[in-house]
Amino acid sequence: MADKIKVATVSLAGCFGCHMSLLDIDERLLQLADLVAFDRSPITDIKRCTECDIGLIEGGVCNSENVHTLREFRKHCKILVAVGACAINGGLPGYRNYIPLEECLSESYLDGIGVENPQIPSDPELPLLLDKVYPVHEVVKIDYFLPGCPPAADVFWKFLTDVLDGRDPSLPYELIHYD
Amino acid sequence: MKQFIQDLAEKHNNQAKQLLQILREIQSRYHYIPEQAIEQLAGLLAIPRTRIISVVEFYSFLHLAPRGHYELLISDCIADHMQDKRSLTDYLVDKLNVAVGAVREDGAVSLDNTSCTGMCDQGPAGMVNGYALTRLDRSRIDRIADLINRREPLAAWPADLFYVDDNIVRPGLLLKQPIMQGAALRSAFKRGLKETLAEIDQSGLRGRGGAGFKTAMKWAFCAGEAQSERYVVCNADEGEPGTFKDRVLLNSFAHQVFEGMTLCAVIIGARQGFLYLRGEYLHLYDQLQDILDQRRQAGLLGINILREGLDFDIDIHLGAGAYICGEESALIESLEGKAGIPRNRPPYPVTQGYLGQPTVVNNVETFFAASAIAVNGADWFAKAGTEKSQGTKILSISGDCARPGIYEYAFGTTVQTLLNECGARNVLGVQIGGPSGTFISSQEFDRKLAFEDLATGGSVIIFNESRDIFDIVHNFTHFFAHESCGFCTPCRVGTSLLKKQVNKIYEGHGSAGDVAALEEMGRLIKGYSHCGLGQTAANPVLTTLERYPELYQNKLKKISYEPGFDLDGALDIARRLAQRDDAAAHLSQVGDHD
Repeated sequence: MADKIKVATVSLAGCFGCHMSLLDIDERLLQLADLVAFDRSPITDIKRCTECDIGLIEGGVCNSENVHTLREFRKHCKILVAVGACAINGGLPGYRNYIPLEECLSESYLDGIGVENPQIPSDPELPLLLDKVYPVHEVVKIDYFLPGCPPAADVFWKFLTDVLDGRDPSLPYELIHYD
Repeated sequence: MKQFIQDLAEKHNNQAKQLLQILREIQSRYHYIPEQAIEQLAGLLAIPRTRIISVVEFYSFLHLAPRGHYELLISDCIADHMQDKRSLTDYLVDKLNVAVGAVREDGAVSLDNTSCTGMCDQGPAGMVNGYALTRLDRSRIDRIADLINRREPLAAWPADLFYVDDNIVRPGLLLKQPIMQGAALRSAFKRGLKETLAEIDQSGLRGRGGAGFKTAMKWAFCAGEAQSERYVVCNADEGEPGTFKDRVLLNSFAHQVFEGMTLCAVIIGARQGFLYLRGEYLHLYDQLQDILDQRRQAGLLGINILREGLDFDIDIHLGAGAYICGEESALIESLEGKAGIPRNRPPYPVTQGYLGQPTVVNNVETFFAASAIAVNGADWFAKAGTEKSQGTKILSISGDCARPGIYEYAFGTTVQTLLNECGARNVLGVQIGGPSGTFISSQEFDRKLAFEDLATGGSVIIFNESRDIFDIVHNFTHFFAHESCGFCTPCRVGTSLLKKQVNKIYEGHGSAGDVAALEEMGRLIKGYSHCGLGQTAANPVLTTLERYPELYQNKLKKISYEPGFDLDGALDIARRLAQRDDAAAHLSQVGDHD
């Protein structure tokens, strides 16, 4: 099985909904398992990327750890893909971009109802929040975008099979129109 | 305030279509639109308060939060930048102790940028409480700061600060022979109205705003509609950066422009006309009203014009700082007191325009030319120009040249000819038709001004070799992002993304794929936008990319990717709040793989 292509996946500032949608390819998962080996991914629980063919990024970039993770993926993946609305536009986590970060943190840790021992967390173990949530393509070079919230299971299937068959990936209109 | 608003609404017959005019007066008096005024107007005009708020938010000159007692605006046109606008703004900020975009603590003065005010030949220019200021320099700014700090009423400010020059450098066929008052109407009645329309048709006159639709055909279409109410609208919302010829026509030849409108009205059977005057030209308002009065007294306007039994009158509507209102259907929306969002076309205004009735909308220069044709005949006009572009074009020339101002040339004149005459040396390129037009390089100066080659509404901005293409593209791209009306996504989102991508390259963060991404985005905006603004917003990028691909490539870093913003800076706030400065609290700008 040496010729299986290697795929890594991760959810940054996302909800894992895109990962759930990938699993929604249902019985085709078995077919996929014959063709693909998963590297770093919540599916394998492997913690660090090795050299991969495809990296699928769910979620936007909201903190310093997201930046490091995204760069690790960029470094090891030949093709890097922004998956879903949050990765492409910031999505739901991006709604905090309308509120200054100071206000977000003070509401959560200082002034919010029921807050005890108010303090802004400060531990070197904790990643710092960026001033805004950024789409992934504003932090690293992205090769392809799979739109949707989440992208339909068929979008993942079409994209992965195109790559497996050596075609330039493309999504037909039926898969990306939502009205 | 209550009494003021009530009187104001009454003066405008409590008509919702007068909303923009009413709001302008409130802004002028209170320097913002107070919530109380919105509530009261909603009742008086019988419209929802949200509609009033949407109008206030749409127009740049109207504000929901108080501006200064003196509202100072500085023209942000590239032509003003070339005349040292930036350092003068810094000086002004310093002198008045107020930041750009802010109101000074004592409420006396606010300062902001505004899109081109149409004073490119006598900039850097600005406005105070709506009135144009020209030729700003340090000594004038000292005087202005002093007047503001002394709270001198605007009426008592020295007139020279507001002096606006015509700068007619090269008059041609039309500007050399202005018509006598009433001559066009008398000729038309004498010749016959149908025959006069035929004469205009034969002259080949095409719309002077830039699009070049045949004037006689537009008038005939409108006249052919069944409805009994028709309207004539003169588009004096001259917002294309670098254009100022309509200002000069309205300052020195307004009779002839109004006569052109009246001529159109008697031909198509309209009883009401509007001059839509851009807010930046407020200084012309009173004198234009006087001219309308003179024409009424001379029997050239009003009831029973020249005792021929036809009635027609003209109202002046002021804009409030929205470039998009130069688009005819947005202009009509604005005339109706709404936000200037372009309508779907068709139906075109000739069939469904103002209040849904057939409406002719023409440029100031078109009406100006039409009245000359009515007097002097089709052949007189058509013998100038080319086969497809008859007559002459009035140009506004600014930028790097010895003699900026107004030039009138027969169509077919080459760019080189006008560069020679206005005294332009070492020219890098010329922006023809403003930001929405085309940037031509020094290889193309044999090209001709004509609808079939370089079509233009009249804006010509010259750049010499000391100028940086990216300053120009940066300025124009920001202009479109600011002026997008926000109605359609390709333009609203696209112009902002385009601005962001231009900034990225301009600020030196660009890398391998960024120019391709820029071009792709430009084509998308051009192809999918609702109206001409979006369809042309990417022109500055696309026309320069086509001509100077190597300049764009030279701007790029030799790495695969870099973020367009300061990544470590994006952690500043969190670092401060968490009181951290350890190694893990920082990010490098570029990853080690890049």
